[in-house]
Amino acid sequence: MLGASGRTQLQQLARDELPGLYALAWQLAGTDAEDLVQEALLRACRNFEQLRDPKAAGRWFRVILTNVWRDRLRKEGREPDEVSMPEEEGFSLYRTLVEEDPLPYSDTLHVDFLGAFSEHDVHEVLQRLPLRYRAPLVLRYVEGFSTQEIADLLELPLGTVLSQLHRGRQRFERAMWEYSEESGLLNEATQGSGTTPGSSRSARGPAHGPAERPATGVSS
Amino acid sequence: MTDQIRCRDAVHQLWGYLDGALTTGNQEALESHLSWCLRCCGELEFARELRGLLQRRASPPLPDDVADRLERFVDHLDDPSGPPNPTVDHRS
Ligand SMILES: [Zn+2]
Repeated sequence: MLGASGRTQLQQLARDELPGLYALAWQLAGTDAEDLVQEALLRACRNFEQLRDPKAAGRWFRVILTNVWRDRLRKEGREPDEVSMPEEEGFSLYRTLVEEDPLPYSDTLHVDFLGAFSEHDVHEVLQRLPLRYRAPLVLRYVEGFSTQEIADLLELPLGTVLSQLHRGRQRFERAMWEYSEESGLLNEATQGSGTTPGSSRSARGPAHGPAERPATGVSS
Repeated sequence: MTDQIRCRDAVHQLWGYLDGALTTGNQEALESHLSWCLRCCGELEFARELRGLLQRRASPPLPDDVADRLERFVDHLDDPSGPPNPTVDHRS
C-alpha cells in the first residue's frame, strides 16, 4: 500500500500518461488496449517505489506496459517472434512512386504522397503488419526506444530485433503503397478536396478490427 | 579508401544511417555512395520523411469514453477501500 502522498503522485503521473499509454497499448494489443493499460497501471502501482525520478515516469510506464503485454503473449503461447517470414527484399516505395507516378500533376510527388495519409490512414497501415514487425517498429520509431532497449524489453537477441525492424520497414512501405491503391486515398488528394482525416472512410481513431488479423496482401 | 557499394546495399542501410546505428566503415561507404548517387539521396530524403510520418501520425487518439473509464480506474488505484479489478466494467 502506498502512502497518501505516494498515491496522489502516482495518480497524477498516470493521468498525464494515459493518452500515450493507450496509444502504445492500441498498437500492441488492438481492442485489448484498455485492459492492457489497466493491468499496467496495477503493476505500476505495486512497483511505484522503483520509480526514482518522476520525470522518467513516461518511459517507466511504457516499459511496464510492454512487459505486461509480453507476459500476456507468452501466457497465451503467442510470441511476437514466431516463424520467420520469407524475405521481403527489394521493394522500394520511393522507386515505386517514381515508376507508377500516382500524382502526375505533383512536382513534389513523394512529399505529397505521404501528406495524403491522415493519422487514421497510418493506423490502418500499421494494423496490416504482423505483430512481430509492428511491435518493434512502434517501439523504435513512435516511442523512441533504442534497438538494444527493444531487445531487452522483448527478450529477443539484438540481431532478431534488427532483422524484424528491417523487414518491418519494408512491409510498412509496401503496405503504404497497397493501402493508397485500395483506399482511393490519392484520388481524394488529386481532387483537391483536401485530406480531412477519415473524411470518406468510416470512423476516426481506433475503430478497427482485432489487432492480430492476418496481414492481407502484404506477403503476395 | 572505402569499398564501393551498390544502390541496393545503400538503400538497405538508410534507416540505420538515420538512426546513427551504422559502423564507421559502413557509414563511410554509404556516404561515399551518396556523394554521387542522386537516386539514393532521394531514397534517403524519403526515408527521413517516412520516419517522421511514423513519429507524428502513428498514435491513435484516446476516445472520450475510454479516457473517462481509465481516469476513474486511476482514481481508485491503491484505494484502501478495495483495489480496482481490471476485469470489471467501470461504466456505472
Ligand atoms: Zn545509389
